[in-house]
Amino acid sequence: MALLEIKNLHAEIDGKEILKGINLSINAGEVHAIMGPNGSGKSTLCHVLGGRDGYEVTQGTITFDGHDLLEMETEERAVAGMLLGFQHPVEIPGVKNIYLLKEALNAKREAQGLDEIDTFTFMKQVRELVASMDMDDAFLHRGVNAGFSGGEKKRNEILQMLLLEPKLALLDETDSGLDIDALKVVSEGINRMRGEERGIILVTHYQRLLNYVEPDFVHVLYKGKIIKSGDKTLAHRLEAEGYQEILEEAS
Amino acid sequence: MTETQELEQLVKREYKYGFTTDIEQEIIPPGLDEDVVRMISAKKNEPEFMLEWRLSAFRQWKKMTEPEWAHVHYPKIDYQALSYYAAPKSQEELDAEAPESLDDVDPKLLETYEKLGIPLHERAALAGVKGANVAVDAVFDSVSVTTTFKEKLAEAGVIFCSFSEAVENHPELVKQYLGTVVPQGDNFFAALNSAVFSDGSFVYVPKGVKCPMELSTYFRINAKNTGQFERTLIIAEEGASVSYLEGCTAPQRDENQLHAAVVELVALDDAEIKYSTVQNWYPGDEEGRGGIYNFVTKRGECRGDRSKITWTQVEAGSAITWKYPSCVLKGDDSVGEFYSVAVGNNYQQIDSGTKMIHLGKRTRSTIVSKGISAGRAENAYRGLVHIGKTATDARNFTQCDSLLIGDRCGAHTFPYIEAKNASAQVEHEATTSKVSDDQMFYLRSRGLSEEDAMNMVVSGFCKDVFNELPMEFAVEAQALLAVSLEGSVG
Repeated sequence: MALLEIKNLHAEIDGKEILKGINLSINAGEVHAIMGPNGSGKSTLCHVLGGRDGYEVTQGTITFDGHDLLEMETEERAVAGMLLGFQHPVEIPGVKNIYLLKEALNAKREAQGLDEIDTFTFMKQVRELVASMDMDDAFLHRGVNAGFSGGEKKRNEILQMLLLEPKLALLDETDSGLDIDALKVVSEGINRMRGEERGIILVTHYQRLLNYVEPDFVHVLYKGKIIKSGDKTLAHRLEAEGYQEILEEAS
Repeated sequence: MTETQELEQLVKREYKYGFTTDIEQEIIPPGLDEDVVRMISAKKNEPEFMLEWRLSAFRQWKKMTEPEWAHVHYPKIDYQALSYYAAPKSQEELDAEAPESLDDVDPKLLETYEKLGIPLHERAALAGVKGANVAVDAVFDSVSVTTTFKEKLAEAGVIFCSFSEAVENHPELVKQYLGTVVPQGDNFFAALNSAVFSDGSFVYVPKGVKCPMELSTYFRINAKNTGQFERTLIIAEEGASVSYLEGCTAPQRDENQLHAAVVELVALDDAEIKYSTVQNWYPGDEEGRGGIYNFVTKRGECRGDRSKITWTQVEAGSAITWKYPSCVLKGDDSVGEFYSVAVGNNYQQIDSGTKMIHLGKRTRSTIVSKGISAGRAENAYRGLVHIGKTATDARNFTQCDSLLIGDRCGAHTFPYIEAKNASAQVEHEATTSKVSDDQMFYLRSRGLSEEDAMNMVVSGFCKDVFNELPMEFAVEAQALLAVSLEGSVG
């Protein structure tokens, strides 16, 4: 059974239909890239999968790891193993980064029937991850995303992913706003997460990230539908020829 | 349901201290005139000077009118319909003296304080983690019930007792300091308090003594249709220091109750007083019925050079709060601080802030105010920074932040600055923000429940103030905030 199975998904916001029948199947161990021009419905898809209020699913089903995803609250999806990496991670002033990391990890452990993690183990684990993301320990004691640069915010998203070890990582425009060095660090983090147990979805406008994280499948989203799917060569074609060519071909 | 509606549902609170204690009480009939003032004074066996002091306050009060400048609205209070003295009966039988030991206290009263989580039993306080090494004075309606750790404090030379006991045992200190910071006629409510106050706490820390433990008072209003008027006086002599905490709760009732307290602090040369409050009077129900009118005058005087007074408050309860803990910085190089979190939900109204009156040279003050509004609450910060002619090189920093939850509440800021000395440095920063849907979605997508997410955003917002609270109190304050913003979910 697929890890994530989306069937004929229609969704609207404020009465306006954005997703118009999406079908997508993702297995553990696979990396999928969803590409599309602005306004194609990429962010809406991420928000619907994340369970954000305000989006209404009018048709279709989503199954995640055997659960009916649409019946689950945002936090239930999270503790069940879905992690949404934000395009614009939001600032939570006054709340230390490390505190959120610990709360998030413990929320997941609680759902799994585990005890809270002991502070020593937690600190050791977090410090290793921070170092691996080429970040400073001081970063843990700053307010969540507060005053972070764009690159720091994105690194922080990957750090959370590395710590929480989701079954499905859904990364929304993780490459936007990154300089080349940060892009490399972030990509390395994502590559480290690749594995038999885990599905990864990269939602991106550009092909740039895909030079560092090679997808197994590439899907082109346009006007709320996936109009073409293929392997990584599709991404290279998009880069070389632009969306227009593919769109014409698909229609 | 939109996220905003959900947020609002989330912040619907339930008040968990709303029980009443079924206890025999002596309540004098409603109404206020000179005879009532005399009666209160007589009940407390007060010396002549106290009666005269009360009567002079009463005469001033009669000529005063209730202030109307605050950003709050409520029907006119009928001061003749209130009762001005209520005491648990057993107390009365003991001739208005504090009980000798806990055995003399009505067990129901002890039960009440147990429900409130107050470590009244000294042994329990010593053994327990919570409240350990905190001396407690408990004031039930108008009278002080018991004060713990009295002997241990006496060894250090610290006097910590009910106000009544202070009048009886240390009249010279009371006479010397009472009303020297908040004069009888200071304002309408202070004058009323001065006339009819029935009890409160008294603290005296002699020269050079660092008070060996935190001092704490818990105030509880129980009786119906009574006002609570307590008075607290804290004196720290040269080089002395003390940290004092107060907590307050009241039962859930449909009618409003008046609480008009006065707190006076005096810090002499090099003395330091830290006064922390967690105020959780009954705030009224979701429709705004009932709740306490909390009209309080709190003022500290840094009378000596290099003295320091810090007010830290977490204001979560009361239907209406009207309160401006202030510092008069008379001594050179003296320091005043005010850290406040004020939470309003449903129909609560808050008009609170501080006054920093700089008179001495190189005096410094810091104001950090965090207002949180939810439901239809109205939350106003009102602050005055006055730099007098004599206050050369005075400095003030004010930071005033408001957090809105939902879109039917209000936040207001009324800062007043008067600088009469050109060397003054005054800084004011203000922000208003909302708990955004983005923040909630972000935290929930990390596995936090709605309530935990909300609490995380709010406590982050309050961090600067919580950091100023004594550790045990900080935990309590955080828990109180969580309860205040607790929803009907869960």
